[in-house]
Amino acid sequence: MPAEQPLTVLVAEDGATDRLLLAQIVRRQGHQVFTAENGEQAVAMFVEKRPQLVLLDALMPVMDGFEAARRIKALAGEALVPIIFLTSLNEEEALVRCLEAGGDDFMAKPYSAVILAAKIRAMDRLRRLQATVLEQRDLITRHHHHLLNEQRVAKAVFDKVAHSGCITAPNIRYLQSPYALFNGDLLLAAFTPSGDMHVLLGDFTGHGLPAAVGAMPLAEVFYGMTAKGYGLAHMLREMNAKLKRILPVDMFCCALLLNLSVQRGTVEVWNGGMPDGYRLSADGKVVASLASRHLPLGVLAAERFDDSTEVLPLAAGERLLLLSDGVVDTADEQERLFGVERLRAVLAANRDPVQLFDEVMQALERFGGTPRDDISLCDIRMFTVEERVPAPTLYSDSGRSSPLDWSLGFALRGESLKRFNPVPYLVQLLQEIHGLRPLTGALHSVLSELYSNALEHGVLGLDSRLKRDAHGFADYYQERARRLDALVDGFVRIDLKVEPLASGGRLIIEVRDSGAGFDVQQVLSRPAREQGLSGRGMKLVGQLGSSAGWREGGRCAWVQFDW
Amino acid sequence: MAVETDFSQDGKKLTIKIKGRFDFGKHQEFRDAYESQPRRPDSVVVDLKDTTYLDSSALGMLLLLRDHAGGDDSDVRVVHASSDVRKILAISNFEKLFDIS
Repeated sequence: MPAEQPLTVLVAEDGATDRLLLAQIVRRQGHQVFTAENGEQAVAMFVEKRPQLVLLDALMPVMDGFEAARRIKALAGEALVPIIFLTSLNEEEALVRCLEAGGDDFMAKPYSAVILAAKIRAMDRLRRLQATVLEQRDLITRHHHHLLNEQRVAKAVFDKVAHSGCITAPNIRYLQSPYALFNGDLLLAAFTPSGDMHVLLGDFTGHGLPAAVGAMPLAEVFYGMTAKGYGLAHMLREMNAKLKRILPVDMFCCALLLNLSVQRGTVEVWNGGMPDGYRLSADGKVVASLASRHLPLGVLAAERFDDSTEVLPLAAGERLLLLSDGVVDTADEQERLFGVERLRAVLAANRDPVQLFDEVMQALERFGGTPRDDISLCDIRMFTVEERVPAPTLYSDSGRSSPLDWSLGFALRGESLKRFNPVPYLVQLLQEIHGLRPLTGALHSVLSELYSNALEHGVLGLDSRLKRDAHGFADYYQERARRLDALVDGFVRIDLKVEPLASGGRLIIEVRDSGAGFDVQQVLSRPAREQGLSGRGMKLVGQLGSSAGWREGGRCAWVQFDW
Repeated sequence: MAVETDFSQDGKKLTIKIKGRFDFGKHQEFRDAYESQPRRPDSVVVDLKDTTYLDSSALGMLLLLRDHAGGDDSDVRVVHASSDVRKILAISNFEKLFDIS
């Protein structure tokens, strides 16, 4: 009966009669046969012909079958070359030796052609199985290498986008797994033109490529809008709308977005779905939590999205600790979670805030043995004015038009005051003037300051002296939100006037409001402490411009830039 | 079955019960629980009495259910959540989308 798949078979047998007989039986079954008279010949024949199956007499001169089996197995490597021992030995111990030397089966003399054929078929099945396993293993390995390579390339591209900001600034310390991108974690930071710092810690649902895909557009929006000087509310709306549009229903992005303003001594916070962040005093005490108050990004339609933020005081040297759910969800061997209480205990035990980051990591290690690969932890120290690196503004035009003789006035009233922030648009407009480009940061600061003064102190009639302490701070911003919400009339009017000078030009900015005005002399004569944070802002405006002041009983602030 | 479904006698209310961990492993079963129903219920109750843990992919699955049940016009209630599960729902502010009790 010819075999379905002819094999190459080595027959090693010292007895000439037996050798011929065996070779004949095997050949009749359709296989190709090589023969050897002893173990040494068998090994040499194996090297030369690489047969797929070996029939090996146990007892042979020169080299016995046991030694030959060991050598053949070693030469065969990972591939399965089945060895069937041919033996007249009957003792159990000898049969065991056959298998231990690497034999896969044995066959007692005298030979039965039927049994031998069946054994060869059975061994061939095993041989094929092993070959298939090896082939698949190699295929998986190739695919795995391919995947890792793709991830490496994707990560390199993503790093260009994600790390184009200031995440490496000296006031930020962070830990993210090198493949955090593929866990859906995202950490971004960048300076605005006026030197505020925006930070985003995000966590996409899901893992792998889907999570990474959403991170790209989010990072683009974050950097693009931060560089143009947009505030958090605008950015949040844009991010939410974009994610809502591109992500499937069951995917979203938990996010904590911050604006650290050293000028105002504040941090503005929006948290949708991230674990509590912590505000720490300079000596490491937890003074406030940055709790999640919103649904994650990408869940709500634009018209239902809530962009309201909280503003907290944050002085130079004070810190924020942000974390992803990988930290509180780290599990020990009994599947217990690390949890918020253990984290709070680490915070409470801390004596030196500089060490806090390490203490949290050590606590996680002690608890869970191996830290999870999707932990994001970020420690941010409020920076000083000197540490600011305002974003260089990116220009997309050639800068040749540079109009130098024009003016523009526009007024924001009622509803528009509640939502619209005109500053980024005005700064963009002023970019058209070549000579003002180096002053982008200053222009942004000055316009932001004058606009918020006009709105808050003028239109809303808020007293900046409220902001003297942390408590008053919260009151101030609550009151601001309340009055803004109730606002029906009132206006802020901004006039820009640009005129050419002999060499260069001049910009005059005037910001008027519908408020009651104030006694300029009296406010300026107050001690600096009492002037509160907005008083400091006005001093800054004077320093940034060529000259500045008030007119019309405090209802009009003006500043002049010459270049 | 780790996900059980039950229609009220008048056929208007569908109750989906999840046992054990509510995570990505339950994805197909959970979808089948509402997609394979012969008629669309007026309201859906997700019973988390026997749910020990819930992860962010479960939150995504709840959003899918809400979308299937009519989005902003849907009536989806989440009931019997343990305090741990409730915390997870609270961090993501899901009470703004679902009636959680």
